[in-house]
Amino acid sequence: MLEIAVKGSKKYWVWIIFLLIVIGIGKLAYLDQFFNGLMITGMSRDVSWGFYIANFTFLVGVAAGGVMVVIPYYLHDYEKFHRITILGEFLAVASLVMCLLFIIVDLGQPVRMLNVLLYPSPKSMLFYDMLVLNGYLFLNIVIGWKVLEAERNQVEPPAWTKPLIYLSIPFAIGIHTVTAYLYCGLPGRGFWLTAILAPRFLASAFAAGPAFLIILCYIIRKFTKFDPGWEAMQTLSKIVCYAIIANLFFFLCEVFVVYYSNIPGHKTHLQYLLFGYHGYNALVPWMWSGFIMMGVGAVMLVIPRLRSNYVLLPVACAMIFIGAWIDKGLGMISGGFVPSPLHHVTEYAPTGQEIIITLGVYAAGFLVLTILYKLATTVKEEVNG
Amino acid sequence: MEQSRRRFLKVAGIAAIGLGAAPAINFAASDSHGPGAAAKVKNEAALHAERWGMVIDIKKIDDTLARKISMACHLHHNVPDFTHEVDTQLYPKTRPVNHKQEIKWIWKEKFHYAFPDKEDEFLNEKFHHLPFMVLCNHCKNAPCVQACPTQATFSREDGIVMMDYHRCIGCRFCMAACPYGSRSFNFRDPRPFIDETHPDFPTRSKGVVEKCNFCAERLAKGEQPHCVEASEGAIVVGDLEDPESDVRKLLKEHYTIRRKQSLGTEPSVYYIV
Ligand code: SF4
Ligand code: SF4
Repeated sequence: MLEIAVKGSKKYWVWIIFLLIVIGIGKLAYLDQFFNGLMITGMSRDVSWGFYIANFTFLVGVAAGGVMVVIPYYLHDYEKFHRITILGEFLAVASLVMCLLFIIVDLGQPVRMLNVLLYPSPKSMLFYDMLVLNGYLFLNIVIGWKVLEAERNQVEPPAWTKPLIYLSIPFAIGIHTVTAYLYCGLPGRGFWLTAILAPRFLASAFAAGPAFLIILCYIIRKFTKFDPGWEAMQTLSKIVCYAIIANLFFFLCEVFVVYYSNIPGHKTHLQYLLFGYHGYNALVPWMWSGFIMMGVGAVMLVIPRLRSNYVLLPVACAMIFIGAWIDKGLGMISGGFVPSPLHHVTEYAPTGQEIIITLGVYAAGFLVLTILYKLATTVKEEVNG
Repeated sequence: MEQSRRRFLKVAGIAAIGLGAAPAINFAASDSHGPGAAAKVKNEAALHAERWGMVIDIKKIDDTLARKISMACHLHHNVPDFTHEVDTQLYPKTRPVNHKQEIKWIWKEKFHYAFPDKEDEFLNEKFHHLPFMVLCNHCKNAPCVQACPTQATFSREDGIVMMDYHRCIGCRFCMAACPYGSRSFNFRDPRPFIDETHPDFPTRSKGVVEKCNFCAERLAKGEQPHCVEASEGAIVVGDLEDPESDVRKLLKEHYTIRRKQSLGTEPSVYYIV
């Protein structure tokens, strides 16, 4: 089936080469980090996780969001999603590839990575995170590939894929739950120490993942002859709508608890993010833009006339996607570290080199995504045409 | 416990024969190779405790003494000093430092930073100026140990929370987990910033986390920790489980506080204020 990936139009190749160049630049930047250490990042003693871990967290969400097409189709026989389940699964694969790359570029000693397997530590949440992430990646590769192959040969997918598909559903919930547990089980970090963290992560994931899928559907419609189906996209948009509202609601719950209880160890972080703390306020404009984008996006999707508008739908989705990225990518990690456990304020901003490495990882993910989507859409074109 | 100690001694004995009288080079690296273990056998004077603890009498410390204590620890443990002028012949192309990425094991903090949960607007003025020495608390329920995915951070039977610099993958999960900011990460190779390398303690490489090790390498030789030696009596270590120990006597005589007690980490460092 892979041969499909090497037969493409000129545009396809230009895009692939562009991605390869970005990957190459990112790789050079990474080599420098590899030899000189994480000193090239904006991270510090007080803010010991930064852009890499933030993007990792966000992308775990995008990967988990893929399950929002799997559940309706496989559990509720919602036929309209038949055409796009594969897109959800392949999006999960590409996101997970990026997640794993982000973990690797964040390690101080990447060559010792296998120590996590050599000295398994069942008390560490990172151990479980590794298990579920790799498990979910494996499941999606196998399922996506087998189902697509069967479709190409116009036969039913092998029966053993069914249990794997059902298994992938709790795995999807699992990857984001465990990723939230990385943070919310730490006694000294008031910002993360909240039981709403995992539900909130899931809600924003189920908004960001499908929102991105809708945008991808537009791109597919434009560049291929395969039509994912307007109705499927409309259903997806309702999922995005409810999920983003749940996310905002959970956030407001958090705001209430933090401000009404008025416990400093919890409040200072939110204060820093939303209004600034002791004159430090680098993230304030970001956070407000993020929440405004998510809010406006939610309103646009609630109103049926706007939701079904072919031009406005991707705009709303993009706003929600970017808003969720700011909320989870920028605020969630920095917010936990500022102020520090000793209540010192050290702000964080990624360096240029850190951003280049990040872009390189994204390019690698998009390369995987492009190739997988090329396979999927070509097979669908063949079958339908 | 008894049995495992005996087994340990047996293995260590064999190692000692193999390696002769290897000095206690590597104990703190705790790589469980020969030299460290051999030292433990060689030294019958080694200090033991069921659970090590520390009492710091803040009233006895002023800024000069605080500096002396930090220096004693940092110099002997090859902790890099980012203000140190780099020898450009030995280390050409050393890039400028980011002081926010500094490394420290024991340092002074103002009261409201050391005890942020005890902030009080009517606090006695004198507390604002006392140098509170902070370091790893060697918590009984250490969140950093729980978080570490490779067991590079681990609790010893005697309560000391140790690090294996050779196993650490630099994920920094332990730094997020520590509620006391006790840990530092080697964002870069520390060696250009070490004035004089002390051969009896390993230097670290870039990409690993480090922190106070309660001078385990000194206790193994029957010596007091560097900070205790430098402190002119302000810092005392001993066995918390032994009612007759010096630390327990101090705890009996004085009112003491610990950092962020409410978190349940059970710090082993007490402060007399
Ligand atoms: S003070 Fe921090 S580093 Fe030390 S044992 Fe406690 S949690 Fe671990
Ligand atoms: S940085 Fe090292 S010591 Fe800390 S949790 Fe990771 S592997 Fe363990």
